[in-house]
Amino acid sequence: MEPAANIDGMELVYKRPRTLTDTPMHYCPGCGHGVVHKILMEVIDELSIQEETIGVAPVGCSVFAYDYMDIDMQEAAHGRATAVATGIKRILPAKYVFTYQGDGDLAAIGTGETIHTVNRGENILIVFINNGIYGMTGGQMAPTSLLGMKTTTTPFGREVSTMGNPIKITELVAQLPGAYYVTRQAVYSTAAVRKLKKSIEVSFKYQKLNKGTCFIEVVSSCPSNWKKTPVEANEWLEKNMLPFYPLGDIRVPKS
Amino acid sequence: MADEKGTSEIRLMKGNEALAEAAFRAGMQAYFGYPITPQSEVLEYLTAEAPKHPDVVILQAESELAAINMVYGASGASARVMISSSSPGISLMQECLSYMASAQLPALVVNVQRGGPGLGTIQPSQGDYFQAVKGGGHGDYHLIVLAPASVQEMVDFVFDAFRLSEKYRNPALILADGALGQMMEKVTLPPAGSLPKTEALWATTGKPRTRERNIITSLFIQPERMEQLNLTLQAKYSQMKKEVRWEEIRAEDADIVLVAFGLTSRICEKTVDLGRQKGLKIGLMRPITLYPFPTDALVKLAKSAQVFLTVEMNAGQMVEDVRLAIEGKRPVEFYGRMGGMIPSPEEVLVRVESIAETLSKVPA
Repeated sequence: MEPAANIDGMELVYKRPRTLTDTPMHYCPGCGHGVVHKILMEVIDELSIQEETIGVAPVGCSVFAYDYMDIDMQEAAHGRATAVATGIKRILPAKYVFTYQGDGDLAAIGTGETIHTVNRGENILIVFINNGIYGMTGGQMAPTSLLGMKTTTTPFGREVSTMGNPIKITELVAQLPGAYYVTRQAVYSTAAVRKLKKSIEVSFKYQKLNKGTCFIEVVSSCPSNWKKTPVEANEWLEKNMLPFYPLGDIRVPKS
Repeated sequence: MADEKGTSEIRLMKGNEALAEAAFRAGMQAYFGYPITPQSEVLEYLTAEAPKHPDVVILQAESELAAINMVYGASGASARVMISSSSPGISLMQECLSYMASAQLPALVVNVQRGGPGLGTIQPSQGDYFQAVKGGGHGDYHLIVLAPASVQEMVDFVFDAFRLSEKYRNPALILADGALGQMMEKVTLPPAGSLPKTEALWATTGKPRTRERNIITSLFIQPERMEQLNLTLQAKYSQMKKEVRWEEIRAEDADIVLVAFGLTSRICEKTVDLGRQKGLKIGLMRPITLYPFPTDALVKLAKSAQVFLTVEMNAGQMVEDVRLAIEGKRPVEFYGRMGGMIPSPEEVLVRVESIAETLSKVPA
């Protein structure tokens, strides 16, 4: 239900995007998913492309994304979102297709699909939420977990000697000729959220050009599994995640 | 060549190539694959003929895993879609096939089987029977399974499998083998455009304002809802029973009934000829659909036949379903070759003769 424009003479300055359903989200307090969902749907509203957009949500915390996004969506098996999106886009090349994947999905079990999808330059948008941990299964090490980070499967902290280094998959895919626009954004501050929105907006516009894959990493937090309050999590993210995962465009279209 | 006049055409073709040509004629909109012997000619034929079919999506994926998930996406986006592989590649697809059965997505999967287990051999086998008919992946589900025995059926079953898979919104599998894929026979190719497609109203093609959003999913966290989906699937599998198909050759008066599918049924046809020439009352029962399985037809035969002999190119897989059907009413023997070895009609006959000998010793 749309809220009334005026409540007791007050001016309406903010409302839920029409394409975001009126369903209470299952995400934990302080989780970045809710913000990214809202921004995505806001952009879809503003571009008026709800009827032309198909989303893919694979296994992970955001597997229920279709409960919140009022668009046609497909759930994908763990790691296979970009393969599923390839199938959709090849059949419906005039539509907008995006995937919404976590770090375990995109950078561990689905690494092969990620690299080959971008290498083929599939005309889709890949939204990659990197919070350095497996959220849904309860806080295990992710491919992007920082060195020294304590998780349920690295109880003494991630060590290079046994677990290797965290993978910077965004820098990796940016090197592929099929990548058109690659950027790393975040949602820990209002300024960051605004920049993310801009990235999503241009990515959907780029998709119409048929020039290759758009890839947006969103450095996000998982307060529950990081064992921090939402505020502490944002502070920790800024202090620890951002030095290793610096924000900004990594590959931009040649003008 | 694409048949634009809407007429059928007779050609001499390899099984894999005939299947690929049939897929074009059956209105396939997309194919995703990955090379593996002995079925690589499917993708090779499709890519070579692609310029004549500019609207058909043909893509070589980076793995069988990616390929089957592309099938999932394309099917969910309303396409009539096919994938083919051979045994190890089909094993890699099992996870997604479970998802597809659960999400009720149609597609045609072709397994040109080779000898296993493991990397095995590239020679023909029927070792994937269990995997094909019992589900194959996790959870309670079934594929619709058709077993061709000739290059002509490699063509005809493409049409049948697409039709059944769309009718029941369930993946259908053509269970062939390396010999059927590689051998050449005369085939009649049906005219293009002869298989109608109903609009997939459930597909994710973009949500117009006039309908609710479509979601392709197999995730239902609440056990009550997941049980409900299971009940729906099971009801669908019961419905499928009416699609059962089989063939009987001189079985009506036979004391010994051979039961064989696919290539082995071709071999056993010859055994029946040889046996009949020697005066043996022998016949053949050939399941054409392996799922649904022609249980009732076997029960009926058990009233007249004395003994059944199941012949397979594996260690004895379909024989379990034959025994389940017969329920101990008659003895069910087994003869099989494994690892890519093909039995000859004569060696099957040797086994038949030894069974006939024991029968003759039984006082009437």
